[in-house]
Amino acid sequence: MDNLFVYCEVEDGVVADVSLELLTKGRSLANELKCQLEAVIIGANLKDIEKQVIPYGADMVHIIDDPRLAPYTTAPHAAVLIKLFHEEKPQIALMGATPIGRDLGPRVSSALHSGLTADCTSLEIGDHEDKKAGKTYKNLLYQIRPAFGGNIIAWIINPDCRPQMATVREGVMRKQIININYPSKVNHLEVSKYVSDTDFAVQIIERHLEKRKINIKGASIVVSGGYGVGSKENFKLLYELADVLGAEVGASRAAVDAGYAEHERQIGQTGITVRPKLYIACGISGQVQHRAGMEESAQIISINTDPDAPINSLADYVITGDISEIVPKMIKYYKQNTK
Amino acid sequence: MKGLRIIVLAKQVPDTRNVGKDAMKADGTVNRAVLPAIFNPEDLNALELALRVKDEIPGTTVTILTMGPGRAAEIIREGLYRGADGGILLTDRAFAGSDTLATSYALCQAIKEMGKFDLIVAGRQAIDGDTAQVGPQVAEKLGINQITYVEAILQVEKSGLKVRRRLDNGVETVKAPLPLLLTVNSSAPDCRSRNAKLLMKYKHARTVTERQNAAEDYLYLYDSRPFLNIHEMTVNEIQAIPDQLGLTGSPTKVKRIENVILQAKDAKRLTAADEGINDLMKELIESHVIG
Repeated sequence: MDNLFVYCEVEDGVVADVSLELLTKGRSLANELKCQLEAVIIGANLKDIEKQVIPYGADMVHIIDDPRLAPYTTAPHAAVLIKLFHEEKPQIALMGATPIGRDLGPRVSSALHSGLTADCTSLEIGDHEDKKAGKTYKNLLYQIRPAFGGNIIAWIINPDCRPQMATVREGVMRKQIININYPSKVNHLEVSKYVSDTDFAVQIIERHLEKRKINIKGASIVVSGGYGVGSKENFKLLYELADVLGAEVGASRAAVDAGYAEHERQIGQTGITVRPKLYIACGISGQVQHRAGMEESAQIISINTDPDAPINSLADYVITGDISEIVPKMIKYYKQNTK
Repeated sequence: MKGLRIIVLAKQVPDTRNVGKDAMKADGTVNRAVLPAIFNPEDLNALELALRVKDEIPGTTVTILTMGPGRAAEIIREGLYRGADGGILLTDRAFAGSDTLATSYALCQAIKEMGKFDLIVAGRQAIDGDTAQVGPQVAEKLGINQITYVEAILQVEKSGLKVRRRLDNGVETVKAPLPLLLTVNSSAPDCRSRNAKLLMKYKHARTVTERQNAAEDYLYLYDSRPFLNIHEMTVNEIQAIPDQLGLTGSPTKVKRIENVILQAKDAKRLTAADEGINDLMKELIESHVIG
């Protein structure tokens, strides 16, 4: 009772990175709350799957294994979580803000009448005083996220309803193995007790998944373009610079929405989070949601015609000028001075 | 086959896509009043999918349901101009302060008053909240299946729908029986533009409240043209448990909001002059950040 649960996604026998990142964060929150960390894995062909999550410090791993449970469909996964949460009464439940998490999270939270906060950029434990009601709440989960398309950060809480649910995007938290031989218990759930035939009315007829071709998350240098780049054509300059530096190319949401770059390259609260050793921001104004995706970069260069662009206050180097002038110079110098 | 009864869930939202400098107040907060109010983009994609089913299957009706303040009637008119058959504005002070759960509860109770339906379509998420929660929560409360991230409806049959989903890393073809709720991505086709004939037909469509506030000139129309009535539903028209509405009915509460005031770092400032760029590149290469 009162433990912290993490729903773990599996694709092709591999537990998703976002789930491992949440287990790591869950472990540290559970330590603070002095409660247990429990993982839930729902799918098919899950032999030995617990070995992938145990090293991250899960005290208990609940596994439910049935051919009908993969690939993911809403009803059976929701049925398992709803019933399990009714039994186990967790205080907190976390899942990745992925197409699965965003489909499953609200379904479960609605059934349990619990609050859900999407796309959190930070999770903390703290107290809350409701002066009107004269109540004090201790050890609540602060669900922190930028809000409302502007420079606002909101702290959201669920004082009364349980579990307190939150979704977090991949890369926001860092994964870390704490002990390969962590003393975990495994609980195999019996399928028939959790799902029924009516849960399988929705059927997947075909699936075409592409392995990610672009690995921006792992790049040590990122050249990123914003709305200020101006066009898909102009983005070619950034690709050239990236090519020369051995970097990956990213984009702000504004640039993606305007069609200058593919959605897969979007960096920010609703895209990818990166922590490269160098982030070169080209024509990016730097709204809060973008900064949330790159502010932990070791070094940041901002190239912008606007000397007062918000991103400049994050940058180590601010170059005020036009990308079409500056980037070619960077490329030229680099080519001339390295092998 | 018989026409489908389709409900489109839509929301009027401030246009947060391009929050320029004018929208930012001196203390760092957003000046909502300055942002234009629009039909949430992905809800327009949802409307288009509904209209395409109507094109294909005669007898299909498309009704827009929106929860919001009085001016949200604007998006119902917008939907009528594009081909919707009618609209309902769910509006009441009692809904103020609703989080996604309280919102989906109110919508669900309103839908129960609207009679039998076959399909509900909603945009995947609204550009102000960005949570993508209301669609699935409404489906759960109605006890019907949901399919999210839909980009196209491939086939409509008595036994159900076949749809294509666009996910982060690929596509799925999924089939499900009716009744069903779909949430629709921006990768779905753009909504058709306003139809001139429909614009002429519906330009005086109003809710009762709007008529009360408006000039007398067109009031005579409403008796002879019932299609100009945009139905308003308040708390009195839906069976709702009061403490599940509004702020009281919202499990999530905002504890605190912080205006992000950026602390300027000690940044090195350069211009596009050759010397500055060369020095920068030299520094980065020497410290092994690049090269």
